[in-house]
Amino acid sequence: MTPQNSFADSGADLELTGISKRFPGFTAIENLDLTIPAGSFFALLGPSGCGKTTTLRLVAGLEEPTTGQILIGGKDLTRTKPYQRPVNTVFQSYALFPHMTVLDNVAFGLKRRRMSDPIGKAHEALRLVELDHLAGRKPQQLSGGQQQRVALARAVVNRPALLLLDEPLGALDLKLRRQMQLELKTIQNEVGLTFVHVTHDQEEAMTMADTVAVMNKGRIEQMGAPEDLYELPHTAFVANFLGQSNLFTGPVSSSTSNSISVEVGGRRIVVPKDRAQVHDGTVTIGVRPEKLTLLTAAPANDSGENVIGPGRVIDVSFSGVSTQYVVAVPGVGDIIVFAQNMVFGPVVEVGAEVWMSWTVDHGFGLSDSPELVSAGA
Amino acid sequence: MAITAFGAGGGPAAAVDAAPKRRSWVALFLLLPGILYLVLFFIVPLVSLIITSLETQSPDGAFAYGFQWQNYVDSVGTFGTQIWRSFFFAILATVIALLFSYPLAYFIGVKARRWPLLQSFMLILVVAPFFISFLLRTLAWKTILSDDGPVVSALKGLSLLGPQAHITGEPIAVVFGLTYNFIPFMCLPIYTTLERLDIRYLEASSDLYAGGWATFRKVTIPLSLPGIVSGTLLTFIPAAGDYVNASQDFLGGTSSTMIGNVIQSNFLVQENYPVAAALSIVLMFVILVVVSVYVKRSGTDDLL
Repeated sequence: MTPQNSFADSGADLELTGISKRFPGFTAIENLDLTIPAGSFFALLGPSGCGKTTTLRLVAGLEEPTTGQILIGGKDLTRTKPYQRPVNTVFQSYALFPHMTVLDNVAFGLKRRRMSDPIGKAHEALRLVELDHLAGRKPQQLSGGQQQRVALARAVVNRPALLLLDEPLGALDLKLRRQMQLELKTIQNEVGLTFVHVTHDQEEAMTMADTVAVMNKGRIEQMGAPEDLYELPHTAFVANFLGQSNLFTGPVSSSTSNSISVEVGGRRIVVPKDRAQVHDGTVTIGVRPEKLTLLTAAPANDSGENVIGPGRVIDVSFSGVSTQYVVAVPGVGDIIVFAQNMVFGPVVEVGAEVWMSWTVDHGFGLSDSPELVSAGA
Repeated sequence: MAITAFGAGGGPAAAVDAAPKRRSWVALFLLLPGILYLVLFFIVPLVSLIITSLETQSPDGAFAYGFQWQNYVDSVGTFGTQIWRSFFFAILATVIALLFSYPLAYFIGVKARRWPLLQSFMLILVVAPFFISFLLRTLAWKTILSDDGPVVSALKGLSLLGPQAHITGEPIAVVFGLTYNFIPFMCLPIYTTLERLDIRYLEASSDLYAGGWATFRKVTIPLSLPGIVSGTLLTFIPAAGDYVNASQDFLGGTSSTMIGNVIQSNFLVQENYPVAAALSIVLMFVILVVVSVYVKRSGTDDLL
């Protein structure tokens, strides 16, 4: 159980089984099962207070789970101390030791493990984050972005089987954040470690991670590749947390072997069965705003298209690459449409009467009961 | 490191300097009471003390000014033992007080954070002795440690102390008294730094393969060093010159006389002013040297 004197050869897989964490007065995590394969870049995404940071602290060993087991590389490390785990963390606050130079900060873990040539390895890690020229400075003399890179170097230099990142980019401005996201991704590819990244920034999670788990209220709502999560959300929470969605609730009026039809505002909306979680009763279906096409005249019937409308445009906002329209449809509610700003596209004004259509294959059906959806929205 | 940090910005610093120059008269005016106070109550007595230390005694007993360097040689020669003993006792008391205070301050400042009520209660307990005069408290210890007191009887009953042995009047009683009296001065500054100690540094250390002891040595101690340095200074400086604990009216005896007692008796009893003044200056000088070496070595100017 002593810290090993050699680097991990590669990332290890992380397995959480039946993890719960209860604090006096509230439950942070409820019966969490999670497997993260070795070498992957995994993002835990969720709003603040959803239990994602607690999950990370449990893996790091800074908290003890109330129930359940934590396995890293197949070994049960649930009851071990943080310093006995092949895990390093890049803390949200960086937590760089203020009484040490940047170099000593980076060499700290190596020295504790009695690795050979800690200073040389620390310099190497600082070169990786392009900060070797500041090795002699104290952390408080660096900018936020530089401190963040030192924190990253201090963790990566130990070649942990598992690297935990606790919203490490939260304090950075947009440009620096983009740059750091790319650097992180590069480092992960280079060193081949398992990264577990906690964030509330859905864009960050989607651009960086191979696998994203969306967490809400102490449980994982949905897990999968970023594209799958975005294109086929299973719950209203995921549909709204990852980007924006237009959601409609209505009864299933008929179903064929591969699709269901849902009554929404007097129209029949068709959703493929393999994209719907529930196939009967009252269901909630949705479509992403950028999948909608605005039409100024009622379209001809096409079995491959869903149509909703007519409605009135109540708001138009221009955001550079696209324009966002809000359309009020009687009996359905407000619908958001993103339209690419192309020279030939229909340009409509506030008050115009419009229809919206989308390809049947772009719709999705959620598993939530309708009450939950309205409460969540 | 701090100096290099400021030095790096040479250009802007020069520009900032120009502004206060115009207001220098206001600054001087505001400093006036402080300067007057220092001149009146520090510079004047110090000069007077130096002059006194160089006085000669005529056969009829009157003191007159003369460059009597011999006073220093004589007093250090005569009272060398007491000088050494003072510093030995002071260092011993400082170390023991640190060993007692650090865990106490750590408990109040770090472990008791979750229970603010307990924290305040324990702080009050540390400060509580100040509500009673320290002379009275030291006298109380004299009674407790006296030959017919409970401690000596108990130790004799357990055969840990010989039938003729004492505690009061022995060096152990003086060191005990010094330690006891200065523990709050040690504890409070350490508490203030530990109370601000960010637990996240300890978590980071633990995450970086440092066990409890390594974290304590490499992170907790360095981060609380400013408190340790102020605490040891607040203990060591007054303890080295203390004349109450080692007084024979309190816990001391002939074998435990400290330099403070010698100075006091030369000034007030024997009225041998030059020797008393010379000893005071020697004491002051040695403390100054010890303290500057200590502060320099501990490198806390960086953290303060």
